[in-house]
Amino acid sequence: MTIGIMLRAWLGQIMSLCLATLREIFDESAYARFLTRRKANSSPKAYAAFLREQSETRSGHHRCC
Amino acid sequence: MSRFSQIAVWTALAIVGAFSTATIALHRGEQINALWLVVAASCVFALGYRFYGKFVAARVLALDARRATPAERLENGRDFVPTNKWVVFGHHFAAIAGPGPLIGPVLAAQFGYLPGTLWILAGAVFGGCIQDFVILAFSLRRDGKSMTEMAKDEIGPLGGVVAYAAVISIIIILLGATALIVVNALKSSPWGAFTIAMTMPIALLMGIYLRRIRPGKVLETSVLGFVLVMLSIWGGQWISHSAKLAQIFTLTAPTLAILIILYGFAASALPVWLLLAPRDYLSTFVKLGTIALLALGIVAIHPVLHMPSWTRFTDGTGPVIAGRVFPFAFFTIACGAISGFHSLIASGTTPKLIARENQARMVGYGAMLAEAMVAIMATIAACVLQPGIYFAINSPAGVVGQAPETAAAAISQWGFPVTAPQMHALAQAVGEQTLYNRTGGAPAFAVGMAHIFASSLGGPTVLAIWYHFAIMFEALFILSILDAGTRVGRFMLQEALGHLWKPLGHTSAYPSVLATSALIVGAWGYFLWQAVRDPLGGINSLWPLFGIANQLLAVVAFCVATTILIKKHQTRYIPITLGPLVWLVAVNFTAAYDKIFDPNPRIGFLAQARQLAASGAEARLVFNFRLDAVMTALLVLMVTLILFESTREWVSVLTGRKQAAVKEAPFVMTRFALEEQG
Repeated sequence: MTIGIMLRAWLGQIMSLCLATLREIFDESAYARFLTRRKANSSPKAYAAFLREQSETRSGHHRCC
Repeated sequence: MSRFSQIAVWTALAIVGAFSTATIALHRGEQINALWLVVAASCVFALGYRFYGKFVAARVLALDARRATPAERLENGRDFVPTNKWVVFGHHFAAIAGPGPLIGPVLAAQFGYLPGTLWILAGAVFGGCIQDFVILAFSLRRDGKSMTEMAKDEIGPLGGVVAYAAVISIIIILLGATALIVVNALKSSPWGAFTIAMTMPIALLMGIYLRRIRPGKVLETSVLGFVLVMLSIWGGQWISHSAKLAQIFTLTAPTLAILIILYGFAASALPVWLLLAPRDYLSTFVKLGTIALLALGIVAIHPVLHMPSWTRFTDGTGPVIAGRVFPFAFFTIACGAISGFHSLIASGTTPKLIARENQARMVGYGAMLAEAMVAIMATIAACVLQPGIYFAINSPAGVVGQAPETAAAAISQWGFPVTAPQMHALAQAVGEQTLYNRTGGAPAFAVGMAHIFASSLGGPTVLAIWYHFAIMFEALFILSILDAGTRVGRFMLQEALGHLWKPLGHTSAYPSVLATSALIVGAWGYFLWQAVRDPLGGINSLWPLFGIANQLLAVVAFCVATTILIKKHQTRYIPITLGPLVWLVAVNFTAAYDKIFDPNPRIGFLAQARQLAASGAEARLVFNFRLDAVMTALLVLMVTLILFESTREWVSVLTGRKQAAVKEAPFVMTRFALEEQG
């Protein structure tokens, strides 16, 4: 394997990790899990249900100063 | 890497770290490059993580990678989800990093760059990181229980009640203090006020877009929101140049305070999806990007620090925060070194996401180190300013006077030369009418950050854009904390009131929502209002109150941690938690005593109340300072109760009068270890 290929693979891994982190921080992963749990497709109605569920758990989510 | 190479690398790092720290500590008279601080912090933090953090993980906490975590055992795809360690790290960092590590170091820079820097280095490695790490690890072993629940289980019911009351008090003071920072940053600033006003319709638009047009596409929506915010910064410049429109957006501090109080109430009572969630996403997006940009900017231009290592204000006569370097520097910088609030996050969402127990060090200890690095960057941003400019921005009118010439003369007399034309030119360059008396830390940080950004990108012509970008970043950050904090406070209050009368505990019942929202907003709004009317700029009273409250919560966290260690028969390791606990008690109890009883009216609340009463000031102003004194005393009393209860528990266990029973979840072998074995 050449250094170029290794570097590309490594950068690809880092990018996908960054994206996964952003998706977790921004609740996109939580929404995907919600859809899997409910066996539903993404729709305004499903997202509204997800937000309702989130608003219950958000009560305990502290954001630091 | 071979063992020899490892030893060589860590030895080299230790030598570089020691040399850099010695350089910043012993340098006198000449200016120093900011890179010395960055290198010292990087080495100290790397060594702390590798050696101290690892020692605590292996010996004290005995983290076991074979033990299933709550995320695995209780996996439900909702709260409990085993997650990649880097993803949890990012998630945890995004939750703990707020405006605190940016504002505290800026205010503490009045003592010089050295006290704050040394405190951030030592405080983070031995205090803040340990607190976050041990609380996270103990919560992991208790099904992700919260800090208040652990206090109740391990110390006793009184511990739980006091921890609960302390959290609500801290939220109220925190929200009042941070709201004041926004007020001071936006007063008489049409550009800033317009930009922040525009973030409201942008957040509403994002909420509707997310809900109706592209459900769940948060990243895409945040990028869209960010572009709109950037456009509003650009538009703000145009507004500030229009005589008619600039007048509309030129707001006084009381007007801004009223608007923020109304906003806080609306954000708490409106549905989450409409305002709170999109604003939270937007501020997180801007926060992560700006912190990364600031780090790159500092490394790229490695500016020179103009602030001396120590200033004359270590004697307690400082204009920004009145009080001696000990204890005042040590609680002024709370979040960058040790923040009790982190214990709530380390025992909140994070333990429910960690897949393997041994990852707790990276998340708990590591994320706090990253936050401490942000605090170092804030110190740099404040200290790159000429000291005269720093003091002109941060000194209240009550100390240096209202007129530019008077203020410049007073500051120059302290040995920090600055002139009125110099300040006028700077204000013009950043697009403001004036930069005098802009207390609170945010404007000084914004000027420093704009200076760093403009030096690497765009030059002096875009200084005004960068300044308002920095102000927008801080205000957005703080307003999202007001949203979330008010809501969390409201839920906690509803939960507590629900014990008295059940209907009040219904979190979605509208009368209860409105009543409890009004109570929480009224409480922090009162502190905000009194600070706005304080002739000394408010931050001199409110920030110490916040710092003390925050670190007293850390005392509670260390009480819980020490109790658990004693019950686990790890008594020989208790200096690891007892050391920071004793230090925090010494700092914060001294600070609380000074803030209540010091005869200097600029320091002591009661002395200030007496002085105001003698000068015939409004009775309400006098009452406000007495209220601050009572609030400080109440916080100390609550924490003293926890200390007393904890000590009683420790003595009972150590003398064998009580059986040492910890409430850990039983050991379950993780499936990940089995999978690894094949």
